[in-house]
Amino acid sequence: MVKLTIDGKTITVPKGTTVLDAARKLDIPIPTLCHHPKLTPFGGCRMCIVEIKGIPRPVTSCTTPVTEGMEVITSSPRLEDLRKTILELILSDHPNDCMVCERAGDCTLQELAYFYGIKENRFQGERRRYEKRDGNPFIERDMEKCILCGRCVKVCSEVQGVGAIDFAYRGFNAKICPPYEHDLDCEFCGQCVAVCPTGALTGKMWALKGRQKEIKEVDTVCAYCGTGCNITLHVRRNEVVRVTSKENTWNEGWLCVKGRFGYKFINSPDRLKTPLIKKRGKFKEVSWEEALDYTAKKLNAIKKKYGPDSIGGLSSARCTTEENYLFQKFIRAVIGTNNVDHCARL
Amino acid sequence: MKDKGIRINICMGTGGIAAGGAQVMEAFKKELRKAGIKASVGKRCTMHKVGCRGLCAKDVLVDVVKDGNKFTYQFIQADMVPRIVQQHLIENNPVSEWLVGEDYHNFHNKQVKVVLSDCGNIDPEDIEAYIKVKGYEALKTVLKKLTPEKTIEIIKKSGLRGRGGAGFPTGTKWEICRGVEAEQKYIICNADEGDPGAFMDRSVIEGNPHAVIEGMTIGAYAIGADIGYVYIRAEYPLAVERLKLALKQARKKKLLGKNILGTKFSFDIKIKLGAGAFVCGEETALIASIEGERGMPRAKPPFPVHSGLWGKPTVINNVETLANVPYIIRNGDKWFSSYGTEKSKGTKVFALTGKVKNSGLIEVPMGITLKEIIYDIGGGIENDKALKAVQTGGPSGGCIPAGMVDIKVDYESLAQVGSIVGSGGMIVLDEDDCMVNVAKYFLQFTQAESCGKCVPCRIGTKRLLEILDRITKGNGKETDIELLEKLGNDVKSASLCGLGQTAPNPVLSTIKYFRHEYEAHLKGKCPAGVCKDLLTYYILEEFCKGCGACMRACPAGAITGERKKPHKIDPEICIKCGACFEVCKFKAVGKE
Repeated sequence: MVKLTIDGKTITVPKGTTVLDAARKLDIPIPTLCHHPKLTPFGGCRMCIVEIKGIPRPVTSCTTPVTEGMEVITSSPRLEDLRKTILELILSDHPNDCMVCERAGDCTLQELAYFYGIKENRFQGERRRYEKRDGNPFIERDMEKCILCGRCVKVCSEVQGVGAIDFAYRGFNAKICPPYEHDLDCEFCGQCVAVCPTGALTGKMWALKGRQKEIKEVDTVCAYCGTGCNITLHVRRNEVVRVTSKENTWNEGWLCVKGRFGYKFINSPDRLKTPLIKKRGKFKEVSWEEALDYTAKKLNAIKKKYGPDSIGGLSSARCTTEENYLFQKFIRAVIGTNNVDHCARL
Repeated sequence: MKDKGIRINICMGTGGIAAGGAQVMEAFKKELRKAGIKASVGKRCTMHKVGCRGLCAKDVLVDVVKDGNKFTYQFIQADMVPRIVQQHLIENNPVSEWLVGEDYHNFHNKQVKVVLSDCGNIDPEDIEAYIKVKGYEALKTVLKKLTPEKTIEIIKKSGLRGRGGAGFPTGTKWEICRGVEAEQKYIICNADEGDPGAFMDRSVIEGNPHAVIEGMTIGAYAIGADIGYVYIRAEYPLAVERLKLALKQARKKKLLGKNILGTKFSFDIKIKLGAGAFVCGEETALIASIEGERGMPRAKPPFPVHSGLWGKPTVINNVETLANVPYIIRNGDKWFSSYGTEKSKGTKVFALTGKVKNSGLIEVPMGITLKEIIYDIGGGIENDKALKAVQTGGPSGGCIPAGMVDIKVDYESLAQVGSIVGSGGMIVLDEDDCMVNVAKYFLQFTQAESCGKCVPCRIGTKRLLEILDRITKGNGKETDIELLEKLGNDVKSASLCGLGQTAPNPVLSTIKYFRHEYEAHLKGKCPAGVCKDLLTYYILEEFCKGCGACMRACPAGAITGERKKPHKIDPEICIKCGACFEVCKFKAVGKE
């Protein structure tokens, strides 16, 4: 354990803890943009700089491990002045179109600009201009809003293990893009969208569906597979407009393409809401009772005529473990055959 | 006893080869054969490719040593060789008009050569040549007589500090790394020399690669590493080739590899080519690059000595630092520390360039004054113009005004005046240089080479550059100088790595010493007459003969006038290319 003081408060933390994490344990706020608690430290945005006694230059608290007896100051006129310069520099190369930005109200950059009261900017100059061009139906990349915090790059390689994007070019022209600046062609899990602190990455289907106002958040479980990720549906006027996942869930806030973007069926007119039975060549809506009776009757008849081994059961990955257990029990004990399998058995 | 043989040294560094060194060598071979000299003296007639001796401006340099008497020729081309062979070697009468002059000797006289002592004298492609001048003796001493701790102590006592720019004490770095417990450690030689105009490391590797290998092996023994990397720019093909050859020769002689010189110590060196990114000279970016990542710096701490290449303790030393090591071990720490000042020991290699008469590579004792370098070694300012400033330390350095040329050149003194020793760039500026433009030039470089990771460097240097650009174009605002200072200092304080932390130095130091030039630009004048947008060309009627030369030279058609009558320049059409100024024989074109 390592003992240190931050802004005069003493704390003991395990070896290897960063100054930022130690400060957060003490409820001392330090502004960050590129930091993400689940990703390795980057140290690029420089917002989390702190002063450490004995080190002449400010250091980033997100990358600096604590040492015994360290004395940290997280806020001073000099630090706040530097943070303000950094924010003004970022905003001098940003569209600043919060009025029509999808992320307004849920944007770290906007929040920091608000807290630092940046109304005017001392630094003005060229802004990066990029064309939007991706053809995929999931992820919208507005690279003019990108602050190069690198979170998307890290989540893609560290969490998803894909590495679809990385930094390219140098200096002011540095940008994040797929290899050779091709269109984004990945598994579209959208993890990058989830960690983006600005409006640079958003869901294509979120556009103009509503931001933070009038949004009701409904916590539920994703029904796509037995994994059972916790998801949060963003509902506006009884319509799901977005799906996110919270960090403190067992899936740590991570989702796949289906859970994140596959919600269109909820409000789809083609969605099946009752069982159907084909009668005289046409599907007809029936009650669950009728459907179950019909199925039981048919299974019984087949079993009687051809024997239980003429029946097989195939279960779905969208069912829970318990449901799958019940299903095999039903096939084995009730039908009397071992012909049972599961679509995800491979 | 005088050597009765004939020895010909031909400068075959990159500069020498570019000037025609290879052709000169071929010509010598042919002429010597033709004259039958090879046969008569037999094995005693030898020809050697040698590395850079510093004065590249006078290449191809050729030493002809006959009967122990050495004559050096300058500006030699292949077609001059027959006369040298005939007159000098056969008739014993050196071709006096082609010999180097006094300036060549002056250039060398005030220099003290340690790192470069064998460069230019030995054949870098022959390990025996290095061994003949006591090469690898230091390694033998270290491996057979000294413990790693004792070796570190010698380096510490010598006072050797990192020659790559930061000046961290080398022995201390080794000591810290030695003290870290780990199964695997690495030593890296940083040969990613990226400062514009700097070629110290290239010349050392091209001229004496074995000294670097020997120094590195000693370092590896001291810290306990068994693998080393030389991270070298791919733009240095000759250095890479010579290094590869040297490694091969050293392995063959059991000076590298398993059980070096029959001891228990094993060590080998791999070469990693850099892909032309300036930032990869920064140690953590260099490590990332070796690991196969994009060359972007990582935050320190942890420092590489604790967690470096692949998370293992790693020492990174610059080429020149490592090349010093064998000489220190061989001659003792006291010998080394007898050169230099109290805190800056030994010698430093500089690339002396710009408006100086003798430009080239020099090695001087720390503590020599700038004045001695510029006037005694450099021979003064070109065309005897007035010295304005000296820019040291490359794009990370600062400008030292002419009034301060008595300053000592060492880590502390240069830092005190807002500049740095850096890797050793030294650019002499004269009265025709515009300091705002100089600052802009360096910032253009650092901005383009910023990796883009951190905000102050990526956007801050861009904004600094934009402000400088508008000042040089006559669009500067009254508050711009203060804004440059404010932003420059913020970029220095908040940037992640050495690139951003030093990038504003050229701006800040020129504001510090040449504020009046900035102010003049804000008033619409460039005192040095460099910034085009602030220039006006005009014709002095009393001198104009009406010859029409300027009219014909003008690509924009801005000049009008009848023959034999004074001409006129239309400032609206003039594109300020200066063609009229150059072409006028009567000095009738003025500019301000």
